[in-house]
Amino acid sequence: MATILQYLVYGLQLGSVYALLALGYTMVYGIVGMINFAHGDFLMIGAMGTYFIAKLFEGQRIDGTYPMLIVGVIILIAMLGTGGIAVGTEAIAYRPLRNKPRMIALITAVGVSMFLENFPRALPFIGPNPRSFPTLFTPTSFLVLGASITSTQIIMILLAAITMAALYFVVNRTKIGGQMRAVSMDKDAASLMGINVNRVISITFFIGGALAAVSGICYASAYPQVDVYMGSWLGNMSFVAAVLGGIGDIRGAMLGGFILGIAQIFATAINSTFGYAVGFIILIIILLVKPAGIMGKLVVEKV
Amino acid sequence: MKRILALLVTLAMVFALAACNNDSSGNKDGDVETIKIGVVCPISGNSAIAGKYITHGVEVIENELGGKIEIKGKEYDIEFIYMDNEASEEKTTNVFQKLIEEEKVIAIVGPDMSKCALAAGPIAQNAKCPVVATFATNTAVTEVGDYIFRACFIDPFQGQMAAQYIWDSGYKTTAIMFNNADAYATGLTDAFKEVYTSLGGTVVAVEEYSGSDVKDYNVQLTKLAAADPECVFFPNLLGELGLQIQQARGVGITCPIVCGDSADTPEVGEVAGPAVKDVAYVSAFSAESTAPVAVEFVEKYTALHNGESPNSNAELAYEATQMVLYALQNADSLTRESVRNALANINGLELPSGAMTMGDDRNPIKGGVVMQYDADGVSHFVSSVNPS
Repeated sequence: MATILQYLVYGLQLGSVYALLALGYTMVYGIVGMINFAHGDFLMIGAMGTYFIAKLFEGQRIDGTYPMLIVGVIILIAMLGTGGIAVGTEAIAYRPLRNKPRMIALITAVGVSMFLENFPRALPFIGPNPRSFPTLFTPTSFLVLGASITSTQIIMILLAAITMAALYFVVNRTKIGGQMRAVSMDKDAASLMGINVNRVISITFFIGGALAAVSGICYASAYPQVDVYMGSWLGNMSFVAAVLGGIGDIRGAMLGGFILGIAQIFATAINSTFGYAVGFIILIIILLVKPAGIMGKLVVEKV
Repeated sequence: MKRILALLVTLAMVFALAACNNDSSGNKDGDVETIKIGVVCPISGNSAIAGKYITHGVEVIENELGGKIEIKGKEYDIEFIYMDNEASEEKTTNVFQKLIEEEKVIAIVGPDMSKCALAAGPIAQNAKCPVVATFATNTAVTEVGDYIFRACFIDPFQGQMAAQYIWDSGYKTTAIMFNNADAYATGLTDAFKEVYTSLGGTVVAVEEYSGSDVKDYNVQLTKLAAADPECVFFPNLLGELGLQIQQARGVGITCPIVCGDSADTPEVGEVAGPAVKDVAYVSAFSAESTAPVAVEFVEKYTALHNGESPNSNAELAYEATQMVLYALQNADSLTRESVRNALANINGLELPSGAMTMGDDRNPIKGGVVMQYDADGVSHFVSSVNPS
C-alpha cells in the first residue's frame, strides 16, 4: 500500500511537469491552430536562464540557499525572459507564415526547435555539457501513510493545479480571454470586430513561454541537471499528454499530463523498459476510441 | 569525397606495399643506429589538453633516457617524434603515413581516441608497424589486426574490477541499475555479473532503464532498496550518475555505491551534492596511488613538469611508451615484426597501475584503482585492484 502511494507521488511529480508544459502546447494550438514543437525548448531556456540568473545572485546566498525573496525575483526574471523569447520567436518565425499552409508552420517549428537546442550549444559559455542546477528550494521530507513526500514535490503539484485554474479563469472569464477565444474561432472575423489578433497571439505565446519557464524550474529542482537537449524529450512527452487530454482544451492538458506521468511510473514499476512505451500505447488507444482526446470535441469542418 | 577517399586508400595500399620491402633499412645508417618512436596525440585543437598530458607523460621517459638506449649491450640513439593529429581521423591517417614511410619509426605510441585509432589502424597494420594506442577503449580498436595493441583496459574489464573490489570489501549481495540502451553500461553489467557470481556473490536485484533521456529513477531505486543489498553498482554514463546517486540516497539506499570510470569527473559530485559522499568508482590510475612504481612515476612527472599532477592520459602514454621500450629490450632483432612479437609476449611488466600482461586479444590484463568521493565531491584513492 505504502509502495503504491509512493509511486503515486512520483507519478504526480512527473505528471505536473508534463501538465505545465502541455498547457503551453494546448494554448498555442487552441488559439493559433499550430503545433509549436519548439515549446519543449522554452522549458530548456527557462531552466538554463534560471541557472545563469541564479549565478548572478550567488552573492545573496545564505548558507548555500537563497532567501525566498531572491528566489521569487529569479523565477520572475526567468518567466519574463522566457516569455519574451517566446514572443520574439513567434514574431520572427511564425507570424510571416500565419496565412501559409499549416504544414509549413509545423516544419518551421521543428526547425526553430533545432535552432533553440543547437545555438546555445554552440555558445562557448553554455556548451553541450550538462550542468548542475542550483538549489532554489531546500527540500524537507514528510512521511504520509508510509510514503515519503518532499516539499519540492508538493510545490510542483500545487503549482500545476493553481496555474491550470488561473489559466482556465483567464480564458473563460476575462476580456483578454474572450479575445483569445474569438481569435481561436475565427481570426478574420475577430479582426473585423476590432480585436488586435497579433497582440492576442503574442500574449498567448508569452503565457506559454512563462509557463514553460516555471515547468523548467520545477523539473530542474526535482532533477537538478540542465543541458541544452533537456527540452526535446520532455516536449514530445508533453505533446502526447496534450493530445491525450484533447489538444486545445486546458483541463484536458492537465488531465493528460497527470495520466501520462502516473501511467509511466506504474508501468516502470511493472517493467522498467516498458515505462516510456506506455504513454504511446495509451495515446494510440485514446485516438482509436476518441480521436479528439479525452476532453476534446470534434469540430466538423464545413466546406 | 568518395573518389578522394578511394584515391587515398589506393595510395595507402601502394605505400604499404612499398613499406614491406624496405622495412628496417631506414634504421641502418651511420655507426650509431637511431631508433625512432612516433607519438601521435592531439597537440592542438579541441582536445589539446589531452595532448599536453600525453606528451608530458612520454617526456618523462625521454628525459630519463637522455637520447640513448642500451639494448642487449649495444648503445643506440633514441628519438621520439611527436605528431599532432588534432583529434581528427584524417589527420591521424596522414601522420601515421608520415611516421611509417618517411620517419621509419619502429613503433607508434597513440593515438588516444578510439575513432582515430580505428581510422589509422589499418595503415599501420598493412605496413606491419606496431601501434600501442593509449586511451582507445573501444573493443574494435585491437580487432583491426595483430599489430595493434592498447595500453588501457577495455570497458567491460571495469565490470570485473568492480566485482573484485566489491567482493574483496566483504559485500556478499549487490543490486544493479543500468542503462540497457548503452553499450558501456551493458558491457560493464555483463562482466560484473559473471565475475561477481563466480566469486560467490549474489546479485539480488537488477533494474533497467532505457536511454539517457530518463531522469526519474525513483521507481527502479525503490525496488533496489526493497531488495536490501549490501552494495549497489551503477555502471552508467556520467550525465546520468549524478541524478541516480542523489535519488538513490533520497529513496533511502544507504549502502555503498560503486560506479564505472565515467564517475571520474567533478560534475557527478556537483549534481549529486552531499549525496556523493562514499560513492566509489573504478579507474585506470590515481596520482595518489601508493604502489612504489606509481609513486616513482608521479615524483618524476611532477619534478619535470613544475608540480603538475599526472592524469590518466599522461599515465597511459607513459605506460604505452614503457611497453614499447620493454618490447625493444626483449625483441629478437630491431625489426617491426620482432617488436610486435615482443609486445604480444609482455608478461608481468611493472607499471604504475600494477603488473601488466598482454592478453591474446592484444588488450592488456592489468590492475586499476578504486577511488572514493568525500562529502565535498573530491575523490581520493582507496585501493588498487588486480585481476585475479
